[in-house]
Amino acid sequence: MADISKDQVKHVAHLARLAVTDEEVDKFTEQLSSIITYAEQLNELDTDGVEPTTHVLDLKNVLRKDEPKDWITQEEALKNAPDKKDGHYRVPSILE
Amino acid sequence: MSLFDYTIKELEQKLHNKEITIEELVDTSYKRINEVDSEVHAFLTLNEEAARKQAKELDEAEDKSAALFGMPSGIKDNIVTKALRTTCASQFLDNFDDPLYNATVVEKLNNEKTITIGKLNMDEFAMGSSNENSSYNPTRNPWNTDYVPGGSSGGSAASVAAGEVLFSLGSDTGGSIRQPAAFCGVVGLKPTYGRVSRFGLVAFASSLDQIGPITRTVEDSARVLEVIAGHDPMDSTSANVEVPAYTEALTNDVKGLKIAVPEEYLSEGVTPEVRDSVMEALKVYESLGATWEKVSLPHSKYAVATYYLISSSEASANLARFDGVRYGVRSENADNMIDMFKKSRSEGFGDEVKRRIMLGTFALSSGYYDAYYKKAQKVRTLIKNDFDKIFEDYDVVIGPTTPTPAFKVGEKVDDPLTMYANDILTIPVNLAGVPGISVPCGFSEQGLPIGLQIIGKHFDESTVFRAAHAFEKATDHHTKRPQLGGAK
Repeated sequence: MADISKDQVKHVAHLARLAVTDEEVDKFTEQLSSIITYAEQLNELDTDGVEPTTHVLDLKNVLRKDEPKDWITQEEALKNAPDKKDGHYRVPSILE
Repeated sequence: MSLFDYTIKELEQKLHNKEITIEELVDTSYKRINEVDSEVHAFLTLNEEAARKQAKELDEAEDKSAALFGMPSGIKDNIVTKALRTTCASQFLDNFDDPLYNATVVEKLNNEKTITIGKLNMDEFAMGSSNENSSYNPTRNPWNTDYVPGGSSGGSAASVAAGEVLFSLGSDTGGSIRQPAAFCGVVGLKPTYGRVSRFGLVAFASSLDQIGPITRTVEDSARVLEVIAGHDPMDSTSANVEVPAYTEALTNDVKGLKIAVPEEYLSEGVTPEVRDSVMEALKVYESLGATWEKVSLPHSKYAVATYYLISSSEASANLARFDGVRYGVRSENADNMIDMFKKSRSEGFGDEVKRRIMLGTFALSSGYYDAYYKKAQKVRTLIKNDFDKIFEDYDVVIGPTTPTPAFKVGEKVDDPLTMYANDILTIPVNLAGVPGISVPCGFSEQGLPIGLQIIGKHFDESTVFRAAHAFEKATDHHTKRPQLGGAK
């Protein structure tokens, strides 16, 4: 069984910007441990010298000209915003 | 008999002969939805007013030459539709009523004058194999509503099987088109990675996701792919490879076709009735002049672990955009910005989505990246090499789509690993990036459909279609219909 601690789960939740309850910490600790244990079967394979596949197509640096195009207006961009003010998205304070 | 028992080609003929109208086609959809969707729950949002208006306009139009003129379709709810609610079956996007643009596939369908009947239910953010992860009323299997329709494109498959639409679009990251197509007895195609633009598909795992059609026949599948395939400047991973006329590949001739059957696809928890159906299918191919041999995909047993590391890692990055700032449901209980991110995400995402984000964040985190994420990418290379090697000697790979027919609602929902194992035969195809189709090839003792999976070389959908079409023509599994709502 992979050894994932509750503190690790809390740390990962913070990195992922998820608020987790104590119950969820317990559940995720158990479930992530069993999934990671399962994933450790990959260690049976010798992958020294094997190139990782990030992508199946052999694509590199797909570039285009940097030309302005009509897309959406500021008003449209704000249309679905939960909160907005003076043409901007509004969010709760960042500093305490 | 429903109008949706006809193929696109037959319906075109009927429209041309003025035997039917587009208004009747659209009416067929909404009538059927009214009859059965309270049982099936395939739809999350209907587009009825606009669809009926469009039908009238198309009936009156002079030019009726578009490739899918007036064909009623459903769109999986992770494909963005301008001004039509797009939720990904997530509470986070419950209020996303007014998206600003169309996905490229939707634009392409619109250009060919299809009619969007509505948006289809799914596992939240396409994460799941049963539709039970929908945060709305999960879709049920039209063949028996005690069973799951599969996932994540469960609504896409069920809506076609139930006769609510003529065809639908789904998305497939680890089997999410083929597995529900198998469970619901319809045809589901995952094209080659890069064949279809992903622009406007809400990203789950960007190196694996692909949009594809779900239809009742192989011919219709080829018709729809002809429309949605092709390079798109808006998706830099869409391939600049010519799109052949797929319907021309439907020659009904598979003489000399070389089929590889991986021994792993007939073991590993594959139930006897599924194995028997596949063996019967191979006999059909023999009778049509094709040959088959057993081969090995030695790394396929590592595919599920590889997939969950890679797809969850990519998902954890992709789903970072759901922060409650620009759209979606923002938590009202937060007093600073970080707290707002955390609470919005925690209140908006369901358990499976959180679990995958957690797994992916862990696999990418400092100290674990090499051991898990990079290791998985290396094993992905080995899995891809297995396919490359087989395709040096064979035209297609054939096996079951799933190890079992549909399972009961609630049966696997509490155990993530058992649920994940259901995708063992579809996942390798996404990891290798090759195309795969599921076509009906039989029924279980309980009367649930069984799917045959046909896998091809990169960008060789034509051969996949040719093989699938010849099988379909030689069998009648695809003509069976579920008994729902007392009709038909």
